[in-house]
Parts: sequence; structure tokens; C-alpha cells
Amino acid sequence: MTADLYSAIFIAVLAAFTGYEVISRVPVLLHTPLMSGSNFVHGIVLVGAMFALGFANNLPEEIIGILAVVMAAMNVTGGYVVTERILEMFDRTKKGG
Amino acid sequence: MIDVYDPVYIVTILFFVLALERMSSPKTARSGIIYAGAAMLAATVATFFIPGLGNLWLIVFAAGVGGLVGWYAAKKVAMTDMPQMVAIYNGMGGGAAGAIAAVELLGGVGLTYGSLSVAGAVIGSVSFSGSVIAFLKLQGWMRQRPITFPGQQPLNLGILGAAIVAGALSLVFSLSWILAVFFLLALGFGLMLTLPIGGADMPVVISLFNALTGIAVAMDGFALSNYAMIVAGILVGAAGSMLTVLMARAMNRSIGNVLFGAFGAVEETGTSIQGSMKPIEADDVAVMLAYASKVIITPGYGMAVAQAQHKVKELADLLEQKGVTVKFGIHPVAGRMPGHMNVLLAEAGISYDKLYDRDEINPEFATADVVLVIGANDVVNPAARRAGSPLQGMPILDVDQAKNVIVLKRGQGKGFAGVENDLFYKDNTRMLYGDAQETVAKLVQAVKKV
Repeated sequence: MTADLYSAIFIAVLAAFTGYEVISRVPVLLHTPLMSGSNFVHGIVLVGAMFALGFANNLPEEIIGILAVVMAAMNVTGGYVVTERILEMFDRTKKGG
Repeated sequence: MIDVYDPVYIVTILFFVLALERMSSPKTARSGIIYAGAAMLAATVATFFIPGLGNLWLIVFAAGVGGLVGWYAAKKVAMTDMPQMVAIYNGMGGGAAGAIAAVELLGGVGLTYGSLSVAGAVIGSVSFSGSVIAFLKLQGWMRQRPITFPGQQPLNLGILGAAIVAGALSLVFSLSWILAVFFLLALGFGLMLTLPIGGADMPVVISLFNALTGIAVAMDGFALSNYAMIVAGILVGAAGSMLTVLMARAMNRSIGNVLFGAFGAVEETGTSIQGSMKPIEADDVAVMLAYASKVIITPGYGMAVAQAQHKVKELADLLEQKGVTVKFGIHPVAGRMPGHMNVLLAEAGISYDKLYDRDEINPEFATADVVLVIGANDVVNPAARRAGSPLQGMPILDVDQAKNVIVLKRGQGKGFAGVENDLFYKDNTRMLYGDAQETVAKLVQAVKKV
């Protein structure tokens, strides 16, 4: 993790185009799972929260770090379960006819 | 020595993109979220191997607590409460992004990475407090109508300005009390921004906050030089922005108008509509339905509130047994989140090839014998075609072109926009009053007898 800011910005620009291209193909039918699925994807914030807590130097940093990890973990599991439940229904309706 | 986490992060990102790509079809979508879940798990485990990472047990404990709460709540929640669930989990992500930035700023960072943390902190905090307000409104713990007062916009702008100044100062002076003031202002701005936004505008707001959380995560990713966070955050930012624009466009309003217009705060007065509302009994509707050749059902938020989707499925099945063609016409902003109606009807077990988007279904209304409007109002209001109406220009479902329109409605009230609905006064419209679930149940019984 030593690469400089510029290469990070290059990557971000490419990611924006990738995201736009991939997502513009999602049908209206699946807008809710797209939203809750992307909600789950930003749960990657958990990795950053672990980093913040893992390198905390004093008590205030630790307390805020714990808050960050708790909230991020809620984002991850909640986002996953909600999306999975919704998509399971779409799956079932097709099989059930 | 090669670090284990960076290669894992690359694979994680690859799977995230694949997961979103699989969302382009309902057949593959479910495998997509499982891919993404596996990738997330791998990234989390790999992060434990970052050299020098301390507080390991504390991390496991905090992640366990948050994870279990999130998991349990998401398993328990009813499908009708999904919009507020999506809002609150999104808020948690924003809050986490804000908290990470706080730890970075407390530790003291250089100007470049510090400004990125300040940006992450503002955006994350706004998404957090804004999502909490959206959650409270959707959950019904707070009134859904816009909360407005004189001088609201200048005040909000002032709070945002003060937050940015405090953020800049905290970089220069690195004092913890300035940092605290900065976060209070940022959180306050998110709260004040969301108060004047009404329930019917929630599809726009939820997707906007989703985008903001993504961007906040990306900002933190820049500050921590974590590529997984940068790419995932930007992907979500792109997805959320696109959905936000689509939702606003479906109402023919700009995002600025949604955020600052306090839409629905005042009710339209002084309109004179010709005609009267004509009530009808369930038995008469049942006869019309049973002898129709084509019926289109257009659901709205009222169906969600009454949890009527299962009865609607029963009715649709019954009509199909009698040889009636049944289709569902769905407006993009019906309900409280993008795609809300599709989710509810899928929950009831209605096959998704019967669900039609506004553009697909609109040409079909003219050939429909009966249209059942279940708890929808503004999205079927022909006032949208009238100059000077607050709804003017909003693309609607053209239900008024059908031979018969039956409106299932709890009472005679107006829709969220506070505009009288011209549809209810038309010659071909009949009103069927009552709770949507009970009324549809009555229709089911009555159709069985026909």
C-alpha cells in the first residue's frame, strides 16, 4: 500500500466507467437488489474500520475505531442478508411460475 | 515478502464487479450476491494479516457484535419494511466511513491525505445522519410530510459552510475540540438536509445517500491508500448516482428540486374538477373482473402499507384461471425505494414476466377492460398533463385510457403531492373504499362466486 495518490486516482476513474457500464444494464425490475447489493459492496468499509481500530494509538481513537467496526459490520451483514432475501424471492417466483 | 492482503483485494474487486454484472438478469442475480459475499469474507480475513495490526480481539468482538445485530435484524424484518432497512444499513456504512476519517484526523495526517479524510468525514456523516432521518420517517417514528420553516435553506447552507471551515481548521490546528465541532456540524447538515424531504421522494433520497456512502468510502480509501475501498466505493458511487438520476427523471424533477423543494409541504387549493367521485361495491367489481378479457393492476405505496400483495396474487391467479389476461403496470417511483413494488409482488410469488415497466405497459391501457389501481395516487394522476399543476410533466401510468378504472383507496384523501386526483372524477372511474388487503380479499371471495 505504498503507491501514490495519482495511480489511485487513475484507478478510481477507470472504476467509475466500469461501474457505469456494468450497472446501466440492470433492468428496472432489479433496482432494489441493485441498490441493496451496492449497499453491501460499500460494506468494504469494514476493512478500513479494522485498519482504524487496529492502528489506534490511544483511548479516544480506540473508542471511535470500535464504533466504526460495529457500524461497518452491521452494514456488511445487513446488506448481504437483505439482498439475498430479495433475490431469493425473484428466484422462487420463476421456478414456481 | 509479498503481503497477502493486496492480491486478495484484487480478487475481491474482480468479484464485486462480476456480482454487479450478474445483476443484469434475474436468473443470474442471486449467484452474484453470493460471489460478492465470498469476496467480502476473503477481504476481511486477509485484512487480519496486515503487518502490525493490533487490537485483534477487540476487532473480532466489535465485528461480531455489529455483524450479529445486522444479520438478525435483516432476517427478521418484513418485506414491506425493506426501504427503511436499506436506509439504516446504508447509514451505518456512512457512519463507519465518518468514524474512520475521525481516527485518521485524530492521529494527525498531512495536508493532502488530511483533506481527503475531511471530505470522507463530511460525506460519510451527512449520509449517516440523513439516512437515520430517512429511516425514522419510513418507519413511521417521525412524520413523513416535509418539515419546513422560514430561512431553512440559508441556515442549511450556513451549517455546511461552517462544517467545511471547521474541517479546514482541524487540519491546521489538529485540536480535538475543533474536530468535535466539525463532526457535529457535518452530522447536523445531514439531519437538516433530510427533514424537509417527504416520504414520496424517498426513492431519490435513499439512492442518493447510497451513492454518498460509496463516495465517502472511496475518500477513506484514498486516505488509507486502500485500493479495495477506492474501487468498491467508486463502483457504488456510480451505481447510486445513476439510480438517483433515474428516479428523479421518473418524476420529471431535478435532484435539486427533490432535495430543496420541500415537495408536498403545501396542499393544492382552489382547483375545480368537474364531476364527482362515484363509489362502487366489491360484488360489482368482481363481475367486471370475471368477464373481462384483460385486467391491468397498478400498485402503489398503499398496497405496501396494507400488506395486500398476497391477496393481490390470489386474485390474479383466480382471474387467470377464468381465462383473464392479468398484467401488472409498475411506475418507477411507486413506493418508497427504487423497485419497491417489484420486490413486494415477487414476495407474493407473482412471476416477474408479468411485471411491466411504465413504458412497456402504457400503450396497453387503451385495450384493457379493467384497471385496478391499488393504493397508488400521484403516479396515476392525469393532472400531470395539466399546465400549472405541481405534478406537471411527471410521466404517469395512463390508466385513465382503460375502459373501466377501479381505484382501491382507504379514504377520500389526496395523494402525497397534495394534489387532487383528476382520475377519481372521470366518468369511467369508480371508487372502492376500504383497507386494500380487506378489499382485495372481498374481491377474491366475490370473484369465486361469479
